[in-house]
Amino acid sequence: MTIDRRTFLAAGSATMLGSLAMPAIVGRALAADTLKIGSLLDTSGIFDAYGKPMDMALQLAVDQINAGGGLNGQQVEIVSYDTQSDMALYTQYAQKLVRQDKVDVVHGGILSASREAIRQTLHKANILYFYNVLYEGGVCDRNICIDGVTPAQQVEVLMPAAIKKWGKKIYILAADYNYGQITARWMKKYGEDAGGEVIQTDFFPLDVSDFGATIAKIQTAAPDIVVCALVGGPHMSFFRQWAAAGMKSKIPMASTTLGVGNEHKVLTAEEGNGIVVAYNYSPELDSPVNAAFLKAWGDKFGDTSLIHEIAVSHYQGLLLWAQAVKNAGSAERMKVIEAIEGGLSIDGPAGKVSVDPKTHHAILDVHLMEFENQTMKVLESFSQRQPVDTQAVCDLVANPDDNQQYEIKI
Amino acid sequence: MDLALVVAFQVIYSIALLVLISAGLAVVFGMMRVINLAHGEFMMVGGYATIVAVGAGVNIYVAMLIVAPLTVGILGLVIERLVIRFLYGRLVDTMLATWGLSLLLIGLATLIFGNTTTGISVPIEGFPIGAYQVNGYNLFVIVVTAVMVVAIYAVLSGTRWGLIARGTMQRSDMASALGYSPDRIYMLTFFAGSALTGLAGGVLAPLVGLVPTSGTQYIAKAFITVISGGASVIAGLLSSATLFGLVSQIFTFSVNSMVGEIALLIAAVILLRLLPQGITGRFFRGSM
Amino acid sequence: MGEFRHAATVIAIAFVAMLIGPSLLDTYTLTVLIIYGLLALSLGLIWGFGGILCFGQAAFFGLGAYAYAIAAINVGESTVPFLLGIAVPAAFAFVLGAMMFYGRLSDVYLGVITLVVTLILFKFVNSTAGPEYVIGTARLGGFNGVPGFQTLNVPGYPNWYIYDRSFYYFCAVTLLVVYALMRWLIASPFGRIAVAIRENEQRVELMGYDVRFRKTVLFAIGGAIAGLAGTLFASWAEIVTPGLFSLAQSAEVIVWCIVGGLGTLTGPVIGAMILAFLKFLLGQQGQFDSTLILGLILVLSVLFLPRGVVPSIDLLRKRAGLSGRRTAPGRRRRRARSMADV
Repeated sequence: MTIDRRTFLAAGSATMLGSLAMPAIVGRALAADTLKIGSLLDTSGIFDAYGKPMDMALQLAVDQINAGGGLNGQQVEIVSYDTQSDMALYTQYAQKLVRQDKVDVVHGGILSASREAIRQTLHKANILYFYNVLYEGGVCDRNICIDGVTPAQQVEVLMPAAIKKWGKKIYILAADYNYGQITARWMKKYGEDAGGEVIQTDFFPLDVSDFGATIAKIQTAAPDIVVCALVGGPHMSFFRQWAAAGMKSKIPMASTTLGVGNEHKVLTAEEGNGIVVAYNYSPELDSPVNAAFLKAWGDKFGDTSLIHEIAVSHYQGLLLWAQAVKNAGSAERMKVIEAIEGGLSIDGPAGKVSVDPKTHHAILDVHLMEFENQTMKVLESFSQRQPVDTQAVCDLVANPDDNQQYEIKI
Repeated sequence: MDLALVVAFQVIYSIALLVLISAGLAVVFGMMRVINLAHGEFMMVGGYATIVAVGAGVNIYVAMLIVAPLTVGILGLVIERLVIRFLYGRLVDTMLATWGLSLLLIGLATLIFGNTTTGISVPIEGFPIGAYQVNGYNLFVIVVTAVMVVAIYAVLSGTRWGLIARGTMQRSDMASALGYSPDRIYMLTFFAGSALTGLAGGVLAPLVGLVPTSGTQYIAKAFITVISGGASVIAGLLSSATLFGLVSQIFTFSVNSMVGEIALLIAAVILLRLLPQGITGRFFRGSM
Repeated sequence: MGEFRHAATVIAIAFVAMLIGPSLLDTYTLTVLIIYGLLALSLGLIWGFGGILCFGQAAFFGLGAYAYAIAAINVGESTVPFLLGIAVPAAFAFVLGAMMFYGRLSDVYLGVITLVVTLILFKFVNSTAGPEYVIGTARLGGFNGVPGFQTLNVPGYPNWYIYDRSFYYFCAVTLLVVYALMRWLIASPFGRIAVAIRENEQRVELMGYDVRFRKTVLFAIGGAIAGLAGTLFASWAEIVTPGLFSLAQSAEVIVWCIVGGLGTLTGPVIGAMILAFLKFLLGQQGQFDSTLILGLILVLSVLFLPRGVVPSIDLLRKRAGLSGRRTAPGRRRRRARSMADV
């Protein structure tokens, strides 16, 4: 029981100088004159390619909110910590946001590992948490709202397209942590549903950067497609080494993560061309909201080439929170949660995003895309996809106290 | 058959890689009994030197094979004059001071280049072995390493400077009495070791995404390879690199790369337990 | 009984500092400084008094943290996990130490083995993200680490958490108790012989002592203290990650000892607290890279303060007291000559 933790008094601690102890009061200053957004992002370290643009998106969103008169008359301020791509720092800074800064909401976390590191801390402290990154699905917690793409929205589109295009034998490469492990299982499921066959799955710790042996092994297995969910700077070496071995033209590739950190702009056109992906956003999307977003970003930061999938996802997460606060007429946690569950929807740069009340996950558009000369060319669009993977296991309306990440049995 | 060739190629490559990343450390340790824990960061500096030079329009081979070794060699020279020369004969103190240097260099690189992954593309096409495609650049790494080892051997055994250097390492008092300044010899040896390290950093730059902390992934491996090799510079280096390269690749191919890495480390522990003075403490004694 | 008085003074001062601490800094930060102090103490003991340079103190730290976290998930109450968090690393250190010392490894080779073992642990734990790596009901989690375990509670009462300020006092008192115990250990015949081994291993061996066994035991004690620090850290951070086993963590412990001063017990603790606090300050303002500053401090302290902060201060104090005597410590090999000035 979390209550006990906070109301725990000297009773049991007599043996350990507890008489000197004060009850720890963890709470939030309510109705302050500004609203505080706590931000935890890796703006340095091996995940900074993801984190930096997300941080910019956060600043842009908050600027726009404040320029528009704030939320219910209150201005918004950011309290941010750079977690330096170190999972241990997430819990430490989350504690700071909770105890010292007493923020109203936390937006942040990039890797699934970082989300799971802080989710319980924020849940216990009753601070609303928005995780705005594509991920492996299954988180069921009323204290969290997630607007990232899940496997049912992404992998289900990607696998059949790849199989139809290139063939049935699939070789999976994935990052060795919860995201990669679970996503690989979804790839297998949706691959088999589409008539494919997974011949091998390899996992790589996030600091691996030598893929020579793997490339030889892939050739031995001779798959029709390589599908990868590789994450972070070191893993990008794979695509270089793959191209350098001359494999680019031999075996085609699809990915659930490549391009999320603008990898297609770091890799050369020859290294990237032809790789197929599926995401919620592409800068090429033709809509007035996207045009306005690109212009605002350009005006503030100059360079729109830094925008990527999860920066937009983060931006949309902030818009969702702002809309929820407006709908609720208050930033108080329970009221915002009720607003989230009461048909929340916004028009973001990537189209309409609405929140599914049962899962606190987003319903959104997904586009099948192909790398072409360092841009993402849209091949096919899928409108308003539901997070059916999480919906299959999670119902927060029926079980509001649920608090876990389901690993969906496939 | 083709597969056997590919595997053999990978094994040779991984041995060459170990030799390449350890050579500078081996020279400095074997000759001077100094363990340079900033070794990995020297490689990182070599990598950045290459990338910056290529960015400035220098030919990539010139950048890797000349700019990187020179830059790191000069860096080594400066560090030797400022720090290391006060600490000769104090093994643990040099280790600690160079450890501090490694942190310092990481900090400086972060300040200058930012904590972001950068890289350049591989300049060589892949080529087929039978039905397989292999990385052409790996072949280049093997060739560079072979040339480097031969060159080290030639310099140490065939030139006057090599003779003087080896003499100084054995009896610095005698060398001094004969009119050679040990101080200068140490300085030059450290320069040579650093330059070799820079070469390794430059040659590896296209293969990996470079971040300021990239060096840390090499230092442990280089350190283990050199210590396990024992006192002889070339024989020790080659024997331990062969052993570890073989072990790690066999396990990488039969299980996965993680098991390969762990197998390498376990092999090192067993080896040192059985041969506490390293391989050349027992075998190939007196070789170079 | 000068030693006893000295120890008593240190403990008294530390006790007062402990009471004042919370009014200067938030207890959350203070707690971790104390935990790092404890970790530094473990290396300060085996390195400063046993002459064993361990490059892998983080291995025991991490092992303690993981042992605690995994046991806490399975048990749901913290007493047994707490003891396991000390016992597991101690046993591991004993086995590892036996392997090294009975193999007559010394110096650099010892350093390499401890470093390699740390790396093995790191690589292993880092690659256990799959669902097949389970101990009881606890997933090892690989890169994700293990979050969401029971933190420290009053023995027998799983709902009475030792949290925040009480946790701070708990850690501080633990550190004082460990310090007192180690002072006693060093003053005991076991400690005297350990120091003798450090000074001249062969001579002690010829006197008939089993050097290998004594070194192994000392090493295991160091492992136990590091494990204790890890256990407390797990409770503090509420998550354990493979990063605990990293070389960076090991390196930091060594730096703390060097800067604080070897051959003393207070030196490493003070070194750890100062440097960890500095890192925390630098990390917060983000202007300067903390790695850069720490590296600079290490290089400078090896060059100019080879004996560390605490022994140097002691030396100054003594020299001021004995003004007639000419002392020229110069650049001496780092090794404390006497243990009286702890």
